[in-house]
Amino acid sequence: MKILVSVKRVVDFNVKVRVKADGTGVETANVKMSMNPFDEIALEEAVRLKEAGVATEIVVVSCGVQACQETLRTALAIGADRAILVNTDAELQPLAVAKLLKAVSEREKPQLVIMGKQAIDDDANQTGQMLAALLGWPQATFASKIRLEADRAVVTREVDGGLETDAIKLPAVVTTDLRLNEPRYVTLPNIMKAKKKALEVLTPDALGVDVTPRLTTLKVVEPAKRKAGVKVADAKALVDKLRNDAKVI
Amino acid sequence: MSAYVAPLKDMRFVLNELAGLAEVAKLPRFEEATPDTVDAILEEASKFASEVLDPINLSGDQEGSKLSGGEVRTPRGFRDAYRKFCDGGWNALPFEHEWGGQGLPRLVSTPVQEMWKSSNLSFSLCPLLTQGAVEALLLRGSDALKQAYLPKMIEGRWTGTMNLTEPQAGSDLSLVRTRAERRASEYLISGQKIFITYGEHDLADNIVHLVLARTPDAPEGVKGISLFVVPKFIPDADGKAGRRNSARCASIEHKLGIHASPTAVMVYDQAVGYLVGEENRGLEYMFIMMNAARFAVGLEGVAIAERAFQRALAFSRERLQGRDLVAGGKTVPIIRHPDVRRMLMLMKSQAEAMRALAYTTAAAMDFAHKSGNPAERRRHQAYVDLMIPVVKGWSTETGIEIASLGVQVHGGMGFVEETGAAQYLRDARITTIYEGTTGIQAMDLVGRKIAREGGETAKEWIAQLKQFEAQLSKSNNENLVALRSQFAAGVQALADCVEFIVASSAKDPRPAFAGAVPFLKLMGIVAGGWQMGRAALAAERTLQSGERSFLEAKIATARFYADHVLVQAPALRNTVVNGAAGVMALSEDQFLAAY
Repeated sequence: MKILVSVKRVVDFNVKVRVKADGTGVETANVKMSMNPFDEIALEEAVRLKEAGVATEIVVVSCGVQACQETLRTALAIGADRAILVNTDAELQPLAVAKLLKAVSEREKPQLVIMGKQAIDDDANQTGQMLAALLGWPQATFASKIRLEADRAVVTREVDGGLETDAIKLPAVVTTDLRLNEPRYVTLPNIMKAKKKALEVLTPDALGVDVTPRLTTLKVVEPAKRKAGVKVADAKALVDKLRNDAKVI
Repeated sequence: MSAYVAPLKDMRFVLNELAGLAEVAKLPRFEEATPDTVDAILEEASKFASEVLDPINLSGDQEGSKLSGGEVRTPRGFRDAYRKFCDGGWNALPFEHEWGGQGLPRLVSTPVQEMWKSSNLSFSLCPLLTQGAVEALLLRGSDALKQAYLPKMIEGRWTGTMNLTEPQAGSDLSLVRTRAERRASEYLISGQKIFITYGEHDLADNIVHLVLARTPDAPEGVKGISLFVVPKFIPDADGKAGRRNSARCASIEHKLGIHASPTAVMVYDQAVGYLVGEENRGLEYMFIMMNAARFAVGLEGVAIAERAFQRALAFSRERLQGRDLVAGGKTVPIIRHPDVRRMLMLMKSQAEAMRALAYTTAAAMDFAHKSGNPAERRRHQAYVDLMIPVVKGWSTETGIEIASLGVQVHGGMGFVEETGAAQYLRDARITTIYEGTTGIQAMDLVGRKIAREGGETAKEWIAQLKQFEAQLSKSNNENLVALRSQFAAGVQALADCVEFIVASSAKDPRPAFAGAVPFLKLMGIVAGGWQMGRAALAAERTLQSGERSFLEAKIATARFYADHVLVQAPALRNTVVNGAAGVMALSEDQFLAAY
């Protein structure tokens, strides 16, 4: 079974994110970038499935600027067999990424696509769902457990009320939640081997995909600073404030 | 609290701009050390150091290793961390491909090892000692010994130790008394060894002791010492750890620092041992490995300085005390106060200078081993030999000072253990002692490395420094102009001392030896100033294309170093040149004259 894993290059989760002075987006110059942690979990799952003898090949794909190659090399060091970069400097929105992944899926014909449920930069939580819709494949999102059987995947999902277990026919799209697994540390021999693995570079044009953004970002602002609190004299004053100022009761 | 974060930007800057990683990667068999691979290695190593080793540093110090029934239990989390360390292949990083290593340059293993040492010095000693034992076997072990031990030791499944010291034989190994009796194909080793780092522990299946001992007919003194492999468990026919050898841990020491690292007293009672190389040449083999071992301890000074700085910096940004001297107003974080800044800058500038000196020396070690040109190899080796006692002695002495400043920045909170600042000071304290005390390093520098060859290598290096000074004088940057003037004075001080050492040693070795440690410090300070000057020039050159905030900080840090550290060189010169008489002035009885 072939598994396709998509990974996104994002601002590292340890970095304190700053908004650009002109309000057009988030500052990424000289900022540490890493693999989206949800995607790392997706890749870890694929590698475990391969180690368990269920998967035979893992192809990892990323869409974006040239520097995404670093993220793909990390993915190869974690255990992917080969990598594809869909190289573009254009702004990519979830729908465009879903279309690119659809084109790559049609080329690669995986039985399963696994990706993070969302990226920690814009938290859209859309790409997996859009990809499944575009391909006409079943989807299981927010997976906390994945079991593969002959022609179906049994996926436990984290939902508001608890856990839900779905069986979906393959090929399918699965998006991962935080508790699916704990990603491994990359080993030194695998870092060295990653260099020798194939990394193919494609373009949206070559895949026949128009990535033009459909949404316009008007402005990006920092969250409002938290205001200082006030001390209230007694319970009556508190209730009064909750009712009239905060308007929550 | 502060979690360890590897200074990856500074490490990369030093590797690429100062130590010439691209040139090292062109040496034979180092082709794999391309910038992207090295980046990936540093990235993953830093993750491992921060997430696995750093969290068990303070708890390891508080809990310590414990001995019971002849067996040592390492602190909680150490076994798991060591297993992950070996699974990750990190133990094999510096070794040759043919034995399962990654064959990477020393210039690449150096920043990685700095991370292990910064995040958990006690932990890092176990792989360090294994590395020393592996190098001894690679160097002079028979094929049979290599086959039996190297693969498992390089993987880390078996660890190594170095058994040199005995109660009466510390810095002076000519006094070693442990005996080795010849049997058919092996020897029986008997005697007691002390201060054996990781001599007993629960991290691995077997412990491979390398032991210095004397055969019955060996000549007196250093020329009668042989080196033996003495395994804790004797390998069986399948190569697995088999019968228990009579090599036992009698006790472990209660120490000032590195509490998690078990320091064993080892007792050998007719333990089976195997000769490494030839009889009576053991100490000679130890000397071949000495540069690497001393370099590694020097790097501990860099690492502990970095870690102490990070913790002090974090505290100074959080601790609210006093008001802004000019603006007044509300209570401010103490980093706002000039004297706290001064301490932080002393820590930062010297840590960066020591890192640059260590990494550039690592690159010279790579050239000395692998350069295709024999004259180049010799030139680099001479430089390495000159610089090793400085990297060891200066970085560790300064490491202690920086760890002490780290406590000072914390004020009273630094004196209590729970902040963690005190641990670095206690852990750093051993680094000026083991692998040759600072006094030994300084005598090696002054005696063997300078006086014996008439100061030839030192003078060549000074000529290089003068050339660099000329290069500095081309810059109009006011910081670099100020640095140049301090640097010129430092180089002159250094040159005066070398003249003094060469001239005085010809008549009497004592005056030069009396000022050997101040001279070592002077040489470290000037070498550090040289590297900070190179760093500032490189930063100025790349300012437009690179990361401004980092590069501007580098230039300002170099300027600080010039005004606060480099400025000490002329005073030290006076101590070296004029201070010997005072050192030897009293008779031994006169030390008691006040009582």
